[in-house]
Amino acid sequence: MSEGFVSRGFRGRRRQTDGRLPPGQYLVEGFPVLTAGPTPRTPLDEWDFSISGEVDEPKKWTWEEFRALPSEDITRDIHCVTKWSKLGTTWEGVSVDTLLEGVETAAEHVLAFCDGDYTTNLPLEDVTGGRAWIAYAYDGEPLEPEHGGPARLLVPHLYFWKSAKWVRGLQLTTHDIPGFWESLGYHNYGDPWREQRYWGD
Amino acid sequence: MDERRLDGNAVGGLLGEVFTFEVTMAEAACDRCGTVAHVGETMAYVTDIGTVVRCASCDNALIRIAQNPRGHFLDLRGVSYLRF
Amino acid sequence: MAEIPHPRLAWLIGEVIETRPATPRAKSLFLDVPGWEGHKAGQHVDVRLTAEDGYQAQRSYSIASAPEDNRVELVVERLDDGEVSPYLTDELRPGDRLELRGPIGGWFAWEAKDGGPLFLVAGGSGIAPLMAMIRHRAAAGSDASCHLLYSSRSREETIFAEELDQLAASDGSLQVFHALTRSQPPGWTGYARRIDRVMLAEVSPGENLLAFVCGPTPLVESVATELVGLGHEARRIKTERFGPTGG
Repeated sequence: MSEGFVSRGFRGRRRQTDGRLPPGQYLVEGFPVLTAGPTPRTPLDEWDFSISGEVDEPKKWTWEEFRALPSEDITRDIHCVTKWSKLGTTWEGVSVDTLLEGVETAAEHVLAFCDGDYTTNLPLEDVTGGRAWIAYAYDGEPLEPEHGGPARLLVPHLYFWKSAKWVRGLQLTTHDIPGFWESLGYHNYGDPWREQRYWGD
Repeated sequence: MDERRLDGNAVGGLLGEVFTFEVTMAEAACDRCGTVAHVGETMAYVTDIGTVVRCASCDNALIRIAQNPRGHFLDLRGVSYLRF
Repeated sequence: MAEIPHPRLAWLIGEVIETRPATPRAKSLFLDVPGWEGHKAGQHVDVRLTAEDGYQAQRSYSIASAPEDNRVELVVERLDDGEVSPYLTDELRPGDRLELRGPIGGWFAWEAKDGGPLFLVAGGSGIAPLMAMIRHRAAAGSDASCHLLYSSRSREETIFAEELDQLAASDGSLQVFHALTRSQPPGWTGYARRIDRVMLAEVSPGENLLAFVCGPTPLVESVATELVGLGHEARRIKTERFGPTGG
């Protein structure tokens, strides 16, 4: 029985806290890569982004059309459910508000779908009102494949598993459909400030 | 090629706490492409958020595992059967 | 097919009997593990460290000792920015206890009765499970032909260098080939480049071989691909990837 076992002298990596962090988080140097599958490498001439589901007219953009849309510089803190955080990360992307302009829907939920099999679900109101982007650049450079390039969803006010890498579209749904991690014990909403990491939090 | 992926061996410890047979030697049938392979021959992606075991032929997620303070989650939906 | 069913794996507590530097960066840990039921060459253990505040970190290490040995030997390579390896190489000392789970992994394992010819290919600390196979082969008195191709940065960073020299010198059916990729000692006539298809073909022990490849993921994938390209059966090439940093 190894309950209460402690490894003498082990402290783990120095976990630097900061008053600006949500509960249980620590600052990290570098940008950890957590990968649940092979890194997709979709050529840009095959890439598209779509808004589909409970909409009168689905919308789709090629990479060129997407990059011609108005875009923004974004500076935000990001928080991973595995407890690392980075403050003041900088991105460039297209606001989801821009992509949803003119879209009529009765849906209240969104399912982000991606190259590979990753999905994540969010309330529609959490990806609108200036709270979410489709980001194609990080730290002044085109987004690298291992960090979700060519484009990823960016929703910094929720735990970072919701910022789906290799995003290819948003499906608007009337019913909430739990995504990849949400169906495996991770919190359905994921607010870092209320430490909503797992079911029942 | 993904630098971070490991062989199915890497989940032998985690799944060894669940099953009473030596898991890397068990055969798993992929429910997407039908490939039958030993779990030790599959691809394992192990991270702090969770572990995904994928078919070496088609990358289908065979087994997904996550742990949190309230328990373990094990999703075997990608496997048609495990033979041991 | 699968082995006889075994009880579910549980965490055991081993005691560190000895620690021994292997190279400037790597150390051998010798453990006595009450409740240890023995292992097969090639298997590994999961090691778990727990801090006073409950924080835990876990890593896998291959068992370098032969099943015939009394103590469980693990080889740890110190990664400068690592979380677990610096603790194991710098802090852990004889008398300390270490939590571990195993043995794990019947797929990447070799017993003398499996025979040969054996082709073992290692990169860096990937030598650990293959060393268990080589030691087991010697202890079991196996005459299966065995060739080891071992890629290291330099002679100083070659783990088990002397023991491998001695074993090869005293056993005609064991051949050891080193590929030193960054620096070589004066007068070096061995390989001085990364493992490639030509090298694999030159040192192969022959047809119908059983291959075990272990080390950093890029090396393992490259070698496995080349072995298939050389006509060897994919089913007889077993791999143990250590991930990007080499374990």
